Amino acid sequence: MILTLEDVRYRYPGAARDALQDVSLSVTPGQFHAVLGPNGSGKTTLVRIALGAVPPLMGRADVNGRSASEWSRQELARIVGVVPQREDNLFPQRVRETVVLGRYPHLSLWGRESAADHAAVERALAACDVVGLADRWVWTLSGGEYQRVRVARALAQEPRLLVLDEPGVSLDLKHEMGLFELVRGLVDRHGLGVLMITHQLNLAARFADTVLLLDEGRPAAAGTTAEVLTREVVERVFAWPVAMESVDGRPQMIPLRQSKESRA
Amino acid sequence: MKWTLLIAIAIVAFAASVVFGPAAVPLSELARSDIVWNLRAPRAVLAFLVGGSLGVAGAALQALVRNPLADPFLLGLSGGAGLGAVSAIALHLTGPWALPLAAFVGALAALGLVYRLGLIGGAGGALDPRILLLGGVAVGAFAAAITTAIVSLADAAELRNAFLWLWGGLSAASWQAVLLVALYVPVPLLVLVAAARPLDLLALGEEPARYLGADVDVVKRRVYVAASLLTAAAVAVSGVIGFVGLVVPHIARLTWGHRHRALLPAAFLGGGALLAFADTLARTVVAPRELPVGVVTALIGVPVFAFLLRRWSIA
Repeated sequence: MILTLEDVRYRYPGAARDALQDVSLSVTPGQFHAVLGPNGSGKTTLVRIALGAVPPLMGRADVNGRSASEWSRQELARIVGVVPQREDNLFPQRVRETVVLGRYPHLSLWGRESAADHAAVERALAACDVVGLADRWVWTLSGGEYQRVRVARALAQEPRLLVLDEPGVSLDLKHEMGLFELVRGLVDRHGLGVLMITHQLNLAARFADTVLLLDEGRPAAAGTTAEVLTREVVERVFAWPVAMESVDGRPQMIPLRQSKESRA
Repeated sequence: MKWTLLIAIAIVAFAASVVFGPAAVPLSELARSDIVWNLRAPRAVLAFLVGGSLGVAGAALQALVRNPLADPFLLGLSGGAGLGAVSAIALHLTGPWALPLAAFVGALAALGLVYRLGLIGGAGGALDPRILLLGGVAVGAFAAAITTAIVSLADAAELRNAFLWLWGGLSAASWQAVLLVALYVPVPLLVLVAAARPLDLLALGEEPARYLGADVDVVKRRVYVAASLLTAAAVAVSGVIGFVGLVVPHIARLTWGHRHRALLPAAFLGGGALLAFADTLARTVVAPRELPVGVVTALIGVPVFAFLLRRWSIA
């Protein structure tokens, strides 16, 4: 169990209601766990608490059996690789240089990068299929390519757990599918644990093993994708009528248009 | 190799600083010359220490405030130092250390004020680099306004002294000054070089830097204080010498890239060489008079900066 949250409760200072309440989840190596929910349901707060950025008001958040807030930033970065939503690169750099930054948690204060570090970078580039881009300037990459590079940087950390916060936002169909396939491959072939926050219900249903569906900070449903993504639950949480189909044995949601009367 | 070239340039700048000057000292007499040993040599060493400090401080601050146009003097330190020095002149404080000490105290006061402004969420909070920048500009402007008021009420001789001091000069260089600066500078320099990797990470943004293992709040505080202390010492000893801290990091980045482990030492050598070279020009171009060295660095720095801006906009 790399990541465990137990009955976590959190409220931002001065907020009217809890951001999270009674939330539990666990991620093991080889498991792709998706966190879904409408806007404001507490998904990003969940990540912050899981990674020790803020301590929960109640409950526990443990990484590798130890409380997340007890980990030093550097120790944590050696086992958890995060791809946050936003990144704003200040100076122009090449792909290989930006992926090397993923080795920093493993470098001592005055030590140099070793051959082992460079090998880890090459492996990360290969796993994300961006070896051909290694000498390109980052600002010349497309959105999809840049996202793969960011995943490569997280992989260069050689983490046991990969956390991605809305990685598919602003990617087109081909690149978003490519990203999900990449992450699925990392779980299947490299045994990583993955925690992904996404609002892409259908993609999560196709690729994830387990799902936690949040509704205004509370767990609406948790379990396998088939258990969680039923028509009743989805309609209740997202407050919109849907039909459910099955593709590759996974539930897929189709939003329905409103009835003729209300479309006057 | 680029390091060889940089070291060669530094040696040439140092040598020029020692060989050339308003008094013509023949090469054969250099080693025995009083002028060389007691005037030019300490001045050359001081130029390297001051220019190097400004170069490193500039590079670190550009990464800290996430703005490639940041300059060490943007944080209000020059305003505070100027106010301190001009107050000392107006109060007729005497002694060779009156001006540098007053300037240093003024710079520290500005440092403290801007630091306090930059802390969000009260005394225990984290520094917000955007507020540091804006607060620095505000504090600097305020100090400059008071400075101008004092200068406007001063007499002609005081006025000229204040003006010349503000524009920067190394004419007060002595081995004493060199010793003081050389003892002071290593600690803040070491703090900045130790922060090289966290600064690389900070360039991605604070959140990504945290997730890559950087203790962001600690790094911001340390870098801000260390860079400001270096700048305060530079200003105290030699007045406001602009453009070195702004332009040298960018020139260094063109060759060494953005990795601070290489960039910071390169900025030190480059800044030192630039200031030594500018000082040589300042002393010889209108000999036996002397131009304020801040004028020379601006005259060299602005065209270089304009050239860099064009490259930036093309990229």
